Amino acid sequence: MKKSFFRYFPIFVLPTLAAFVIAFLVPFLMGLYLSFTEFTTVGNASFVGFKNYISVFSSGSSFWQAFWFTAKFTVVSTLTVNILAFALALLLTRGKRGTNFFRTVFFMPNLIGGIVLGYIWQLIINGILSSLGVDITFDATYGFWGLVVLTNWQLIGYMMIIYIAGLGSIPREMHEVASIDGASPLQELKHITLPLVAPSVTICGFLTLTNSFKMFDQNFALTGGAPGKETSMLALDIYQTFYGSVGSEGVGQAKAVIFFLLVALIAGLQLYFSRRSEAKAE
Amino acid sequence: MKEKRLTHILWWTVLLLLTVLFLLPIAIVLMNSFKGQFHIADAPFVPPTAATFAGFSNYLNGIRKIGFFKAAGLSLFITVFSVVLIVLCTSMTAWFLVRNKNKLSSALYYLFVFSMIVPFQMVMFTMSKVANSLHLENPVGIVLLYLGFGAGLSVFMFAGFVRGIPRAVEEAAEIDGCTPVTTFFRIIFPLLKPISVTVAVLNAMWIWNDYLLPYLVIGSKYRTIPVAVQYLQGGYGSRDMGALMAMLVLAIIPIIIFYAVAQKSIIKGVIAGAVKG
Repeated sequence: MKKSFFRYFPIFVLPTLAAFVIAFLVPFLMGLYLSFTEFTTVGNASFVGFKNYISVFSSGSSFWQAFWFTAKFTVVSTLTVNILAFALALLLTRGKRGTNFFRTVFFMPNLIGGIVLGYIWQLIINGILSSLGVDITFDATYGFWGLVVLTNWQLIGYMMIIYIAGLGSIPREMHEVASIDGASPLQELKHITLPLVAPSVTICGFLTLTNSFKMFDQNFALTGGAPGKETSMLALDIYQTFYGSVGSEGVGQAKAVIFFLLVALIAGLQLYFSRRSEAKAE
Repeated sequence: MKEKRLTHILWWTVLLLLTVLFLLPIAIVLMNSFKGQFHIADAPFVPPTAATFAGFSNYLNGIRKIGFFKAAGLSLFITVFSVVLIVLCTSMTAWFLVRNKNKLSSALYYLFVFSMIVPFQMVMFTMSKVANSLHLENPVGIVLLYLGFGAGLSVFMFAGFVRGIPRAVEEAAEIDGCTPVTTFFRIIFPLLKPISVTVAVLNAMWIWNDYLLPYLVIGSKYRTIPVAVQYLQGGYGSRDMGALMAMLVLAIIPIIIFYAVAQKSIIKGVIAGAVKG
């Protein structure tokens, strides 16, 4: 290592690194350690081995409930968001006037924060359900579909923008050649458009997947997990385990570690698939 | 020709309907913010009548109950300073790590990248404890936490961009007697402008809307907008629907203004962020 490296390291790297150590590295390592202990504050942790992890996976735990709810929600919202966003992108890449205005409108909900989104949709869904004399916390099915609708409203415009960018990069000649050769619009979509936007599909697919899987604010504001904890997703379940009752902090931290491993697994899959689709595109 | 006209009309009809559908939720909240608080929950789709119209009383109520303008000022303070600090510090770090390749710098780079995949729940409890013990539970301290927790993505994005800048420019500057510090600020930082805008947009959107971190770290003393909105909701049974509607409207207004002013950068930033991250 050069001398100048250490001379300028404090100026260029140290401020970022110090904040990173305080906000991320130390809390992360402490979190790993605490997941193997029982504690109410950081100071009174006592080592208990895998006990917390065993209680996470035991039958009475809320983990499995939250896991399956999250998994179902993630699959449904990833599919709906991407199909609708892709359809919108197809509508908005025909070079028509007014296209820009529509893009602007559809993207807008993405900028609104999760807590505000949750209360907007709580009002609307409860308004619709009031004709049945119930509200969103009456049945977990309402909460499930409420979250799906909310997520679609939030993410469709975002994914649409990425699909539009992908569709825009297809050379015009490809479409012309296809129509001269007598391809029907459907054949053109299947054999030209879809293969060429495969990288965008991978990006949007995983973006929606990760966003849905890690969702907290929207879930917290829309249903707060009600009825009972039936509509708690993993992130909210961790929060409720931590702050819902004293004495279960260790279990909460173990859930958080498992949650982290699941998110890391999705990130690994994303890396694998995006490398593959990039290699194919080239 | 006739067929073409028909599809044209169909296209406009479909998209205009969708526009209405997309804007309707916000319009409904806006409409209800002018109704008395007991006329909202059971009839949110009914426009205000002479009997239910409440003028701006929900707004005045809500502003007083949650201290909206204080919350807005706090949100603005935290967002602006965090974003400035993140752009400045992480661009310096990324350039330095990319241009000084050795074992330590690569190890640090991969550590930053690793942090990108760690969800907040993994560190939420321990981070707030660390923040407390270091007395960072105030608006200035939280800016440091945002720098630390946002460093991963930002260093990663800057580093990707720096790799595309030819080294020759910097070498010439160094021969002319520039130190790394002057080289960075005179030559490199201006070149980073496009990616700086992207990093700023992504971090601003995240920090402005963030709920859990400010709630856990400073929530007992200071409330940002999302924390204040959630606070209004608290307390079972006593929920003031009118104030809630009015505060939702006030929470959305700054975002719409920001979007109107910086629409192009926002959309560009979001696309770039999606492709990289």
